[in-house]
Amino acid sequence: MLRVEARARLGACDLDVALEVPAGTCLALAGPSGAGKSSVLRIVAGVVRPDAGHVTCDGDAWLDTATGVDLPPERRSCGYVFQDYALFPHLNAWQNVAYALRHLDRGERRRRAVALLERFGIAPLAEARPRTLSGGERQRVAVARALAREPRVLLLDEPLSALDTRSRARAGRELKSTLAAIGVPTLLVTHDFTEAALFGDRVGILDEGSVIQQGTPADLAARPTSAFVADFTGAVVLTGTARAAADGLTHVALDGGGTIVSTDTAEGPVAATIYPWEIAVGAAGQREQGSAQNHLAAQVVSLTVLGNRVRLGLAAGQPLTAEITSTAAQALGLAPGTAVTATFKAAATRLVGR
Amino acid sequence: MSRRPAWFGILLGLTLALTLTFLTVPVVAIFADTGPRQLLNSLGDASATDALRLSLQTSLTAIIIIVAVGTPAAYALATRRFRGRDLVVTLIELPLVLPPAVAGIGLLAAVGPNGIFGPALQDAGIRFALQTSSVVLALVFVAAPFYLRQAQSAFEALDPDWLSASRTLGAGPAQTFLRVAIPAAAPGLVAGLALAWGRALGEFGATLMFAGSFRGVTQTAPLAIYDRFATDFDGALALSAVLVAVSAALLLTVKLVTGARWEAVGVAR
Repeated sequence: MLRVEARARLGACDLDVALEVPAGTCLALAGPSGAGKSSVLRIVAGVVRPDAGHVTCDGDAWLDTATGVDLPPERRSCGYVFQDYALFPHLNAWQNVAYALRHLDRGERRRRAVALLERFGIAPLAEARPRTLSGGERQRVAVARALAREPRVLLLDEPLSALDTRSRARAGRELKSTLAAIGVPTLLVTHDFTEAALFGDRVGILDEGSVIQQGTPADLAARPTSAFVADFTGAVVLTGTARAAADGLTHVALDGGGTIVSTDTAEGPVAATIYPWEIAVGAAGQREQGSAQNHLAAQVVSLTVLGNRVRLGLAAGQPLTAEITSTAAQALGLAPGTAVTATFKAAATRLVGR
Repeated sequence: MSRRPAWFGILLGLTLALTLTFLTVPVVAIFADTGPRQLLNSLGDASATDALRLSLQTSLTAIIIIVAVGTPAAYALATRRFRGRDLVVTLIELPLVLPPAVAGIGLLAAVGPNGIFGPALQDAGIRFALQTSSVVLALVFVAAPFYLRQAQSAFEALDPDWLSASRTLGAGPAQTFLRVAIPAAAPGLVAGLALAWGRALGEFGATLMFAGSFRGVTQTAPLAIYDRFATDFDGALALSAVLVAVSAALLLTVKLVTGARWEAVGVAR
């Protein structure tokens, strides 16, 4: 179990976090850049010292500003995968891994390093310098190096962001099975909620130095407690003012005009959140006789094709994003400027106070 | 269709040709004026070999001192933040713009026989005037800033995450300096070393003022050239040719090493 509590002044904001990561699980901290994500990792590793706080690993104090304990990084036990991997440019792949094994004798060092590279499927590249490796290969060397000392905590800083979209999916799968196998507390930071959801058993949303909501990825997506979290998890956010109505539903007068209803209860200024795939699009003025109660007149602003789906940017007083199938988009003859009606269910409309 | 301004292209070409001619003619003339026989004759002369030997010996000693003390000092300047750091950097760079004669006077005023620390040093049995050690001191003074500046920027160019990574992988701060910072910054350090060495080899003013020009003791190659200039112009030419060759070799080393650095680090990040 890794326990972290830290307060520190960062350039733009104050960091104030308290985290617990049980062994064998991964806590993913997600948030926009500048939220203090990397600082949390640096504090755990001992590269940065917070103004106040403590870091303990299985009961061993690595840092405690109250008692003056502050172990240097080399006496903590953190495997740290840096954002751009930070491989040493003057050493080749196996030497980078062997750098972590300097307590062993030379022959053993090389054997262990090559064995680790083998485990990650890159033993043939053992002699290659980092600059000749692809992003995915560099990432695997960095993970092998971080695990070489059998650390008691694993820290990952944006492990996939330096990869191109093609290698990302595969690297993500491999890293996930690695994390499952090592059984130590893992702390991962990322700016991408999908990445956090992929790796994190739990996800904490970090904004301006504090964790504003923590839970399982499904929890966060289904029950965001703030517009920021909803937006961050990929939902559409519409602002408005809510009031309870006689039909038992909550009516929300949207700021840009129009009214929607929700099954959630709320009063006063709210953010209504809907996922893009919950929004259906039909020809303007045409109200389907279905169960969906929310209909907003909108204009198509942009169309982005994502494989068999199309992501529509809509202007409906407030910006709105809908995802529909390519077939549907073609059938409706959608183009920028087309007037449409966006339809979604009251039950798919989450309300959170502002 | 717009016509290209041909006159501007011609102007660029002319200025470049003028610059090149002006800067290379004196160097070429040294070799053109020196016959191979003259060169060998002059180099056979004992005072010439003495001066060359002394130049190499003193500049090498100075470089060893500069690198040994300057490398950790430059690392400290590059990686540590402390109050007055900018002032320290400026003070270290000051000798770069100091006229060499002023540097010589300054050294005399500090550690010469009548200088501030002169008597104290003399009591300790150390004398810095008109001796080979004075030459080394003068060279260290004028050449060190060249190395320090280059070394500092080489260390500043390192990814700070490399140093953090080294620490999390079990290496202490000293190990990190020796095993990551120095090797990763090596091309920049070598370039700085070559620049400082070149400056030390050509040093004239500070040495003359502080150490004098005594054959075999303080008369380095540039001083010997000046000494011969009045009486034996051909001899001065021959010595100059040798110094040009050594300096050119140093410059070439810098070019090769810095070229290799961009190749090595260019794509690494």
